[in-house]
Amino acid sequence: MTFRTTLRGETFVFADLRELFGRANEPKSGDQLAGVAARSERERVAAKIVLADVSLGEILDNPMIEDDVTELIDRDRDVELGTTIRGLTVGELREMILAPDFVGMWADGMSRAITPDIAAAVTKIMGARDLVSASAPLRVTTSLRNTMGETGTFGVRIQPNHPTDDIAGVTLSVLDGLLFGCGDAMIGLNPASDDVGTVIELQHALRAVVDRVGAPTQTCVLAHFTTQLAALGRGAPIDLLFQSIGGTEQTNRSFGVTLDALVEGREQVLEHHRTRGDFLGDNVMYFETGQGSALSAEAHGGLDQLACEARAYGVARSFDPFLVNSVVGFIGPEYLADSRQIMRAGLEDHFMGKLLGLPMGCDVCYTNHVDADQDTTDQLLILLAVAGCNFVMGVPGSDDVMLNYQSTSFHDAAGARELLGLRPAPEFEAWLESVGILSHGRLTDGAGSGTTSLPLLGAFPELGS
Amino acid sequence: MTGENAGAERGNLPAPRDGEQLRLREVTPARVLLGRAGLGYRTATQLRLRADHAAARDALSVRIDLDDPALAPLSRSLDILEVATRADSLATHLARPDLGRLLSDESVERIRSGCAPDMDLQILVGDGLSPQAVITQVPLLLPLLIAGAEARGLSVGRILFVRHCRVGVLNDIGEVLAPRAVVLLVGERPGLATAESLSAYLAWQPRSGHTDADRNLISNIHVDGVGISDAVTRILDFLGEFRLRDRSGFTIKEPARPGTGRTVQER
Repeated sequence: MTFRTTLRGETFVFADLRELFGRANEPKSGDQLAGVAARSERERVAAKIVLADVSLGEILDNPMIEDDVTELIDRDRDVELGTTIRGLTVGELREMILAPDFVGMWADGMSRAITPDIAAAVTKIMGARDLVSASAPLRVTTSLRNTMGETGTFGVRIQPNHPTDDIAGVTLSVLDGLLFGCGDAMIGLNPASDDVGTVIELQHALRAVVDRVGAPTQTCVLAHFTTQLAALGRGAPIDLLFQSIGGTEQTNRSFGVTLDALVEGREQVLEHHRTRGDFLGDNVMYFETGQGSALSAEAHGGLDQLACEARAYGVARSFDPFLVNSVVGFIGPEYLADSRQIMRAGLEDHFMGKLLGLPMGCDVCYTNHVDADQDTTDQLLILLAVAGCNFVMGVPGSDDVMLNYQSTSFHDAAGARELLGLRPAPEFEAWLESVGILSHGRLTDGAGSGTTSLPLLGAFPELGS
Repeated sequence: MTGENAGAERGNLPAPRDGEQLRLREVTPARVLLGRAGLGYRTATQLRLRADHAAARDALSVRIDLDDPALAPLSRSLDILEVATRADSLATHLARPDLGRLLSDESVERIRSGCAPDMDLQILVGDGLSPQAVITQVPLLLPLLIAGAEARGLSVGRILFVRHCRVGVLNDIGEVLAPRAVVLLVGERPGLATAESLSAYLAWQPRSGHTDADRNLISNIHVDGVGISDAVTRILDFLGEFRLRDRSGFTIKEPARPGTGRTVQER
């Protein structure tokens, strides 16, 4: 079906939905690279105007790509509730989402009637304030060793990466983060090595630190999921099963992932948890995504990067994950060129994830070869905290010394919490109060690597202090 | 530089408050134990982060010159052949990874006429996103790698330097020269703590269409990361595994230890 409109006397024609979707996106260098972006600002807006009048039924009936991800999304959606929204246009859906009674409909199952394609479509015609305001009431609460996502909470993953996976070095970064009240989302380490033996050692080391201080949180070593499962088979304690996923079958294949293998992996971890104690819930999966990954793997099938990202969320939600993380600025300038594009993508991803019912977080970050800086992360962090983002990263001094990029720091995360009156996960907060890092919800004077924090560090002789 | 920072033991950390914290810091290059001003950074930290970011930004625009004193001895003794991808400028290289994965037509011709095909091992050196990493690490690593490969009886092809190089160029080399294994030594995106980090991407019989799932990676080769000799040993061990199993990629787990959850260098 061809789409067309006339804007200020100029006629614009779009060959099909896929072309319309690409042209209607906000500017992204990755869409330009893929050749799917609007060729002028006028064309971009013309596409948005046309898209706003497309019915959701039209989108539901015309998948833009055929693969196992499309099949999964189709199996997983609420068809019955979907029929009630088929007659709406994308523009009408935007207005419905912004209305105060939407949160009730969403909580009653509408999130499962909305498909990734629909989420991507409506996102393309929303402004930045829309994306923040619409996300804020959509709370997705999950649980594993603690609960994440309740209204008023703002979680932080401690990301204690080390260039050689040195356990003392990793441990020190974990403790540094805990002393800022971070770590409720997880202690999640990206290992430099994917060797099973190393991963086992790191899993034990992270669990040992958490057990020693008594913090109710989950640990994760973000190796390839097959490596984590191999570690599990050899006795490593696995709380969360991590994997990077994408929005097309081909992208997932480039990550060495099939959906069946992920299903099987999840079952193995659930079984493993039945043999261990202290789990409140069974949200055992942790996924990372990011706009541009499909194009990077040359696996986008002509689809724009926002639509591919939404489809990755379609994959994620079928696994009931504990958390999902859009690593928004990690991928580089060929996909998100600058500060403006990174901020837009971060707000889009968070909104789409929440609309689809995911416990959505964001690695607010940038690399050194992109036109962005610390001010970019400062700004996006505050916007996402206001938008009700489930969690962000905490990296010592914002500098990831293994992955070589800058994310948000312990200071940043703790500062956003204090500025906006947000708190850690309740179980974790109680622990922080019990060990004197927090008092009445505020960081104590000694917390955050002040001198009184040293006794806690002194309990770790392997650090050589 | 502020006075507070002038006494720092490590370049990327502000001065410690006392000796105890200094010892603790020696276990990681991460920016731990920074103290705080309210919930902001102390002024020295704030400005140090800006200074390091400035250095990383500027490191991107360094241009590798094989006749430069740091590389000329190596380049001459090994008769390194310089070729280029279809990304013909730094700006294009950053914005168009697709062009950085393809050899220019002229380069394909130059390789065909200047290099022997069908070798056991073909080594490529690519500027990638940190020319500084190549200048610093490759003169140390490359001779050891060649010697180690030859000691294991492998035939090693003429070394190629690929300007404006992305990892995917491995596939093109596979198509043109049909080596059994390819090792690409390429500069990683510059970090704040170091702009000198090198990655080795390894592939068995690479061909057009192969992806990261078909490759193995040793990253973080620099002075505070994976050491040169360790890196060489790990590369050679991987090559042995590839040969044994007649494949590379994520199904090959490192004999003594690819990829993290995230790839450091985009393809």
